[in-house]
Amino acid sequence: MKTTSLLVAAGVCLAGAALAGPPAPSDVVYEDGAVAMSLTGVPGDPENGRSIMNKGAGNCIACHEVTALADLPFHGEIGPMLDGAADRWTEAELRGIVANAKVMFPESMMPSFYRTDGYIRPGDAYTGKAAPTPLEPLLTAQEIEDVVAFLMTLKEE
Amino acid sequence: MKKAYAPGLGTATALAAVLALTGPALGDPDDDALVINGETEIITEAPAPEHMEYIDTIYSGWRFRTDETQALELDDFDNPAMLAVDAAIDMFGTVEGAAGESCASCHDDPESFAGLAAHMPKVDEDGKLVVMEDLINECRTDRMQADEWKWNSLDMQSMVALIGLQSRGMPVDVAIDGPAAPYWEQGKEMYYTRYGKLELSCANCHEDNWGNMIRADHLSQGQITGFPVYRLKQATLISRHNRFKGCIRDTQAETFKEGSDEFRALELYVASRGNGLSVETPAVRQ
Ligand code: HEC
Ligand code: HEC
Ligand code: HEC
Repeated sequence: MKTTSLLVAAGVCLAGAALAGPPAPSDVVYEDGAVAMSLTGVPGDPENGRSIMNKGAGNCIACHEVTALADLPFHGEIGPMLDGAADRWTEAELRGIVANAKVMFPESMMPSFYRTDGYIRPGDAYTGKAAPTPLEPLLTAQEIEDVVAFLMTLKEE
Repeated sequence: MKKAYAPGLGTATALAAVLALTGPALGDPDDDALVINGETEIITEAPAPEHMEYIDTIYSGWRFRTDETQALELDDFDNPAMLAVDAAIDMFGTVEGAAGESCASCHDDPESFAGLAAHMPKVDEDGKLVVMEDLINECRTDRMQADEWKWNSLDMQSMVALIGLQSRGMPVDVAIDGPAAPYWEQGKEMYYTRYGKLELSCANCHEDNWGNMIRADHLSQGQITGFPVYRLKQATLISRHNRFKGCIRDTQAETFKEGSDEFRALELYVASRGNGLSVETPAVRQ
């Protein structure tokens, strides 16, 4: 599975992060689409993750149905239903999928929530105007951790 | 048939796709037929034009709307866009500008434009791609010596609707070859470009996912055969370019402007994806 050199790279990265804050999106290390190390070292808050799933920059249920969020109206059907996601994927895989799904699923329609380069005409949220530079990722490192913590509660087994 | 998801299916996704295929087809267009005023039959379903690689059958956006919204198009007395069309009929005969002319001075009747909208956009004699708004403004400025109308103004979109109405029921047949070819290629390129921080192309939503729900919205194929449309949400007539702008803005992108050459090219390409459907102007949407 994971090669030693990558583990070391991730470790070095996180050691830096502890001092200098979360890794820049371009410094996050993916292995087979997964990200082993927490982006912040601070445990995610599943309650906040839950609200990110609903609205704002996350809005995951625009594309996904989640039974645990059945109290919220209108779930989309673009992506697979997320029930049991934590049975299908490890925490590291979920972190990788949320941070940049296009590593795990090349060409995926799912947005990359922790990435800041390679965009065509990036805008300033929903204003239609050009985004200010440097670009901010769609979600902060801690918000990624919060969403992952929520996804880890989606168990059926 | 259509692809359920973007490429890159994981096992879980493949499973979900199978479930989606065997489940009830909630998302598909309904089977209703559109006959306006009991007489004008609208083609809302047709074989896709040859140039479309990923879709077999094209559908009017009307087929994806709720029964309540659909009903507003069945009779012109119920269609809220008709108020604007009536206003445009009055404007057609109103003298404006230094030349002392009205549209009617030269065109005597809006009916003389029957068929025009089915072939728009088109390339003019100078080799420039033009849309209906361009033709109208050219007459206003060059021939009437009046001020040009702003793209999204109610005056402009009402007149575009009045002229479009003259072709209602006729099959769209937009030329994409000859001098139109480079514009068409440019529009196609835009259609498949994943703009913005959400990196979504027109095709992601309207080609790969038509019939599916995205949050509260039932995705259609993004046809423009009904434009200008009366949008209930905005309670007014909406131009094609304004709709494009809204869709691109929603991908968290820097949009293009109404009346930009980019949107002219995109309009040609999107119009050509409707070749075979009827002109439905003025349609009503949610
Ligand atoms: C624009 C639509 C879209 C949005 C928004 C979106 N996703 Fe996805 N997601 C997808 C698609 C499509 C897939 C399937 C992967 C592929 O492309 O093959 C997917 C796959 C996934 C998977 C793996 C599927 C599984 O087996 O459970 C997870 C987990 C996931 N998304 C979580 C999220 C989370 C969390 C968010 C919000 C932060 C989100 N998605 C936002 C479209 C979306
Ligand atoms: C002074 C005469 C004159 C006036 C006034 C005038 N037009 Fe025109 N219009 C023309 C001429 C000449 C053409 C180009 C020849 C043609 O295609 O009929 C034209 C072309 C058009 C076309 C394109 C027709 C085609 O087949 O390509 C449209 C649409 C149009 N006019 C709409 C209007 C509208 C709407 C008004 C009023 C706002 C108006 N015109 C006022 C003379 C006039
Ligand atoms: C994130 C998904 C998404 C993307 C990307 C998107 N659209 Fe849309 N579009 C929608 C939704 C939702 C609607 C409203 C429901 C419907 O008719 O599909 C809509 C409606 C439309 C309509 C109106 C259809 C009608 O019958 O009134 C047109 C035209 C359209 N889109 C064109 C485009 C074009 C062109 C692009 C690319 C520049 C694009 N859209 C990109 C989601 C999207």
